[in-house]
Amino acid sequence: MAEAAAHDHDDHRPHGWVRWVYSTNHKDIGTLYLIFAIMAGIIGGALSVAIRMELQEPGIQIFSGLAQMVYGMQGDAAIDGGKSMYNAFGAAHGLIMIFFMVMPALIGGFANWMVPIMIGAPDMAFPRMNNISFWLLPPAFILLLSSMFVPSAPGAFGVGGGWTIYPPLSTSGQPGPAMDLAILSIHIAGASSILGAINFITTIFNMRAPGMTLHKMPLFAWAVLITAFLLLLSLPVLAGGITMLLTDRNFGTAFFVPDQGGDPLLFQHLFWFFGHPEVYILILPGFGIISHIVSTFSKKPVFGYLGMAYAMVAIGAVGFIVWAHHMYTTGLSLDTQRYFVFATMVIAVPTGVKIFSWIATMWGGSISFKPPMLWALGFIFLFTIGGVTGVQLANAGLDRSLHDTYFVIAHFHYVLSLGAVFAIFAGWYYWFPKMTGYMYSPVIANTHFWVTFVGVNLIFFPQHFLGLAGMPRRTVDYPDAFAGWNMISSYGSYIAAVGVAIFLYGVFEAFQKKRVAGANPWGEGATTLEWQLPSPPPFHQWEQLPKIK
Amino acid sequence: MRKFLASAKFLAGTAASAVLFSGAAARADQPREWEVSFQAPATDMMRQIERFGNYTMWFIVPITVLVLVLLLVCIVKFRASANPVPSKTSHNTLIEVIWTVGPVIVLLLIAIPSFQLLTAQYTPPEEAKLTVKATGNQWNWDYEYQVDKTFSFNSAVLQDGDRAKAGKEDRALYPRLLAVDNELVVPVNTTTRVLITATDVIHSFAVPSFGIKMDAVPGRTNETWFKAEKEGLYYGQCSQLCGKDHAFMPIAVRVVSDAQFKTWLETAKTDVPAANKALMAEIDGTNKVAAAGN
Repeated sequence: MAEAAAHDHDDHRPHGWVRWVYSTNHKDIGTLYLIFAIMAGIIGGALSVAIRMELQEPGIQIFSGLAQMVYGMQGDAAIDGGKSMYNAFGAAHGLIMIFFMVMPALIGGFANWMVPIMIGAPDMAFPRMNNISFWLLPPAFILLLSSMFVPSAPGAFGVGGGWTIYPPLSTSGQPGPAMDLAILSIHIAGASSILGAINFITTIFNMRAPGMTLHKMPLFAWAVLITAFLLLLSLPVLAGGITMLLTDRNFGTAFFVPDQGGDPLLFQHLFWFFGHPEVYILILPGFGIISHIVSTFSKKPVFGYLGMAYAMVAIGAVGFIVWAHHMYTTGLSLDTQRYFVFATMVIAVPTGVKIFSWIATMWGGSISFKPPMLWALGFIFLFTIGGVTGVQLANAGLDRSLHDTYFVIAHFHYVLSLGAVFAIFAGWYYWFPKMTGYMYSPVIANTHFWVTFVGVNLIFFPQHFLGLAGMPRRTVDYPDAFAGWNMISSYGSYIAAVGVAIFLYGVFEAFQKKRVAGANPWGEGATTLEWQLPSPPPFHQWEQLPKIK
Repeated sequence: MRKFLASAKFLAGTAASAVLFSGAAARADQPREWEVSFQAPATDMMRQIERFGNYTMWFIVPITVLVLVLLLVCIVKFRASANPVPSKTSHNTLIEVIWTVGPVIVLLLIAIPSFQLLTAQYTPPEEAKLTVKATGNQWNWDYEYQVDKTFSFNSAVLQDGDRAKAGKEDRALYPRLLAVDNELVVPVNTTTRVLITATDVIHSFAVPSFGIKMDAVPGRTNETWFKAEKEGLYYGQCSQLCGKDHAFMPIAVRVVSDAQFKTWLETAKTDVPAANKALMAEIDGTNKVAAAGN
């Protein structure tokens, strides 16, 4: 009898490379996404450390040597090539962290793994589409990486236009094939995300267990549902914009060419119509994760559940009508700026609701400070700092002085690098025992937290000062007066890099020691469905659908 | 008297930072070591921006501290060892209304002066008396004076090798990456309109101490204005990524007296280098007289 049951399971379970390459299992695909995100994160992080090494002192130290090593340039050509290489590193860092690290980790990784389990579904709605969603990413990533080794402008390699790839710098400014490779890379990564979004929307709408109404659905599933809609509505606009870029570059169209009747600012509107929802795409799944963790470790239900869900809906909806706050200095009319100031400030209200509701969830709780909770607490505080500087930047009058300075860099790294990435690590330490069945060493996890916390704050807090003093972003060299805070910032990045090494060691150590985690290592506070399954969960779960009261 | 340290390596010494902090009392018109706030305003507009920026701090710092304090209270009071039995509260309509309406009020209090500031930036106090056109190129600026006889010149970053010839060896006054060969010269206390465009890619014309930043977009002419209140040299940098030498296309504005400007303008119409030489000689002369008078 038992043998027959085991046989039944084995029959459907592929082994070896087939299991991964042909995988239609949401948990295996989620694992692939997480591994991919870790690898991309290491590469993207290494690029940023190179940038900080360059900026540690005034002058050009690192990149001329790098250009010599990588591209074989000599003398003045190496200096010029190094300057372009710096720009290419900046663009690649941004694109990799957004498209190949945060999105794959949160949406492809955690959401793929946990959303079907949390809503009581056996798998995603379209398992084969799930497979292609993942397997589009490696070629996209390879295209982007290879763009760094092909010419862009004369004497320069790699996309040197920032992650925002504004024309004309991305068209006539860089005629070489590097930009085309990057455009194709973004196209493929975008297609991957659109397919994933369709999959999540269908799964969440149609495959919830009996009794699980939308208003009983866990907040992480809510967050992923809203994120999927943002992806579905914003990515096609980006795809349109970069297709126009591609035809301007290669087929003689003139969408963005002013002397043939085009307008470079049209691209900025299209880009930011995608770009602003994109930043909420990066943070909303994190909001969901933090809600679960705060509730679990406070042993209390989430405070104001409906308010939390609809705050995310509001953030997502308003997120679509604020895009031109990235363009206050482009020459928008006074009335246009007034509107975008107003709309942007509105977003602070639902965001405030979320912050206060997390605190209210903890209030009166019985809090245990396990590693996931530590990361969640760090998230709440640091995200608040990034949020309030965002309120400052929303004011076009003040943004006049802050736009395109390091203040903006500090702001968005506080909400993304210290926000989204903290949420990713919180989720990692929360679900790692569930996904692998092994418990990590809490000492290593806590060390990872504190080292990262100190490192990233040292990197980004001084950048507020640099921005206020007027240091423009995206410069390979700076006036000597900016040296002090840049040095501190660079030291911070080395500390954060040590944090990454500790993280990787912690993963290695957990797999080596094989401490059995058990079905629910977090106790009574962990109430969502994934904790009712063994760790790791069976290859197919919920063959008997759970009933939700 | 500004004190600038030539070598950044010297900063590594901890003793140096103490000296620098004490030296930061008098603020200047260019970035300073260990600066933690805006450059000193040289226009009324920048003063308004700074005032509004400080005003927002009165809201955002208390909000951040409030969140921190609440988190600390939770950590201390509601840790498992101090509070073993959790409450089951998950709703409180009143408090939810408060933390929705409260931020709305804070945002209104920020929005009102914010809109005033924004409107002021687009409402010059008077018709501009001088119009200059700044055209961004990879990687320098062209300045065109739209006076009775229009003339223009190019302004590029000052190369170290040219310092002696240009008489700009004082690195405190002509800092690396900020000093240029030919400054934009404007009269003090005069509303100056700047028309801004570009020939190749997008650049951005920014002078922090004036509180202006406007993108230079090919095919468009953007407009901004400033009214500098104090004679002196003011620096900014291109503020939109424009390729390889984005870090090397500074903006330098020399604000001079009305009389000095008139003299300079007459010569500059035909010979810009000669006009700049004469102007620098005169300014150096008056500075020396002033120093002697002290």
